[in-house]
Amino acid sequence: MNGTETGYAVTLTDLSKRFGDFVAVDRLNLQVGRGEIFGFLGPNGAGKSTTIRMLCGILPPSGGSGTVAGFDIGKDAEEIKKNIGYMSQKFSLYEDLTVEENIDFYSGIYRIPAIKKRERKEWVIEMAGLREHRSSRTAILSGGWKQRLALGCAILHEPPIIFLDEPTSGVDPISRRNFWDLIYHLAGQGVTVFVTTHYMDEAEYCDRLGLIYRGELIALGTPEELKTHQMTEEIVELFCDHPQDAMGLIEELPGVRHAALFGRGLHVVVERAAAAVPAIERKLADAGYTAVQPERIIPSLEDVFVSLIEARDRQEAPQGEFSR
Amino acid sequence: MFERLTCMLKKEFIQTLRDPRMRFILFIIPAFQTVIFGYAVNTDVRQIKTAIYDLDNSTESRDIATRLSRSGYFQVTEHIRQEGRVRELLDRGEVKAVFRMNRGMGETLQAGRTASLQIILDGADSNTAGIVLNYAMNIAARYNEHLRVLQISRERGAAAAPEGVVLQSRAWYNDNLESSNYYVPAVIANIVLIITMLLSSMAVVREKEIGTMEQMIVTPISRGEFILGKTIPFVLIGFIDVAIITVVAYFWFGVPIRGSLPLLFAATGLFLMSSLGFGLFLSTISRTQQQAMMSSFMFIFPAMLLSGFAFPIENMPATVQWLTFLNPLRYYLVIIRSIFLKGVGFSILWPQMLGLFVLGAVILSFAVQRFRKTLT
Repeated sequence: MNGTETGYAVTLTDLSKRFGDFVAVDRLNLQVGRGEIFGFLGPNGAGKSTTIRMLCGILPPSGGSGTVAGFDIGKDAEEIKKNIGYMSQKFSLYEDLTVEENIDFYSGIYRIPAIKKRERKEWVIEMAGLREHRSSRTAILSGGWKQRLALGCAILHEPPIIFLDEPTSGVDPISRRNFWDLIYHLAGQGVTVFVTTHYMDEAEYCDRLGLIYRGELIALGTPEELKTHQMTEEIVELFCDHPQDAMGLIEELPGVRHAALFGRGLHVVVERAAAAVPAIERKLADAGYTAVQPERIIPSLEDVFVSLIEARDRQEAPQGEFSR
Repeated sequence: MFERLTCMLKKEFIQTLRDPRMRFILFIIPAFQTVIFGYAVNTDVRQIKTAIYDLDNSTESRDIATRLSRSGYFQVTEHIRQEGRVRELLDRGEVKAVFRMNRGMGETLQAGRTASLQIILDGADSNTAGIVLNYAMNIAARYNEHLRVLQISRERGAAAAPEGVVLQSRAWYNDNLESSNYYVPAVIANIVLIITMLLSSMAVVREKEIGTMEQMIVTPISRGEFILGKTIPFVLIGFIDVAIITVVAYFWFGVPIRGSLPLLFAATGLFLMSSLGFGLFLSTISRTQQQAMMSSFMFIFPAMLLSGFAFPIENMPATVQWLTFLNPLRYYLVIIRSIFLKGVGFSILWPQMLGLFVLGAVILSFAVQRFRKTLT
């Protein structure tokens, strides 16, 4: 394999995709190392799925280039297909086929050698917890079962790289947790996992994250790096009664970007916490609030992403106002 | 080597045949359709409902009325008494023809002069009216012949009556001119077209709709393996339907099979290249199954109308006749009818088989070209 040239499992160089006038993916540059769990985050329509589809050879790119397992996505798409597993949020199984028939079908398509076939099939059935349902039609299975069966079918051929496009959408929390245990297990065996999601808790599981917004990569780093270095603002957390009224008061203060309900308390995005904390304390004390104790906290990933996206929106706002 | 293809085939067969309703549609409905077509698509005109308006009531006029009803073609349902009833019966469609014998008919004939027998037809159904007129003219001619013979024998004695020329008709290939012999084999062509085209037009677009197409694209399956996997099952279903309809035609309708059945299946194979090719093409360009189904029907109807199944191609305007050369059904129908009724072989049917092959090859390669292993 010529994948050793770069040492990366996946590389993107100025990768772009346009649909007519709409730029879905705008010159992405990215490298994903072998054995990494790379999380691709962003709101709906940001270009996550489009990027994955270009990497898997489902969509031809409109510009730029990329490699997967060392193969060029433009020239060697068919070679790439032997080295990847792909699973989308649709859990593409044949619902009118039984669990076993689905597995047999995909293991035939991937030409799994006869001696390995049985072992892999049992592995998938065991992994998906479908021992009692092996001859049930796939249509009757619940979301979590379908999800694991779809993953099993996608990695029957033990590919070194797996692409997962919102693999946990529509699945209950326990199934999600089990699913991520499985992903960890695979990554532990050296498999590269490229996953898109918009669940922040799932993002925390990833080794590295890329945030994509309106087709552009706006942040890249480990969850820790993003939380500590990416934010220009700081976060102050406080707990009080009637938080909704307090929100209004706090937002009037200078140096406060905005405040949002967060669990039982409030998260306030401020320019400088050192200045904001006493100001908030004073303001709320004047309004009759007691023992609010605002303090600076490390932002959650959600805070980081909301702040990054809002910052990006502010940059583009002048144009936006005009066109409206 | 053929592992992927075998897998595809197995999966397609399970998907197509697991549902009992689907099995019913694919294998039982064609047999039913054959029976229905065999009885319903019938251009034989017999027992035409007829009224007689006899103003003369002479021996001669009654003789003509008896000849009409005894011919088997006319069923006299009413003897009209007053003028207005003629229009009423025709308006309501209760009769297709009214024979009117004017007063003095008998006397005129006895005097050796020409009398007129009027026939009023329901011309709205022009096809039937033409046939009815033909029968009536035959009966009138035979009556004239009878009168002439009578006259001659009266003049020269019974033995001297000359017969003149008598037409001895003999219809080759279909002795009794039964229309079921003509139509039932042709049903094969229609049903094979409808079933294989609808199935193949659904084939790819269904996978697009449920999202499995995307999954197939990321597997290493090749374009050829995928397309063969999608078409071979329908070829087999097409062959099975031909066999079912042939059995029904032979045993139920007594349609003769004079030619070679292997040749029939070979021609079916050639025909399937076109129908599957076109179905596959529609499936590739359609976004939804509904779209694919509608566009298939847009093809099926003109194909059937311009095939010579019911309306003779020779009667069509010249430009339309040229158009029919692009219709695979046209060639297939000629082949089927010739094999069943005429018993001719490849030496006579090769131009049609060549036509099918060329059309099929063009359509199929176009469809395969158009099919890409990517979404757009």
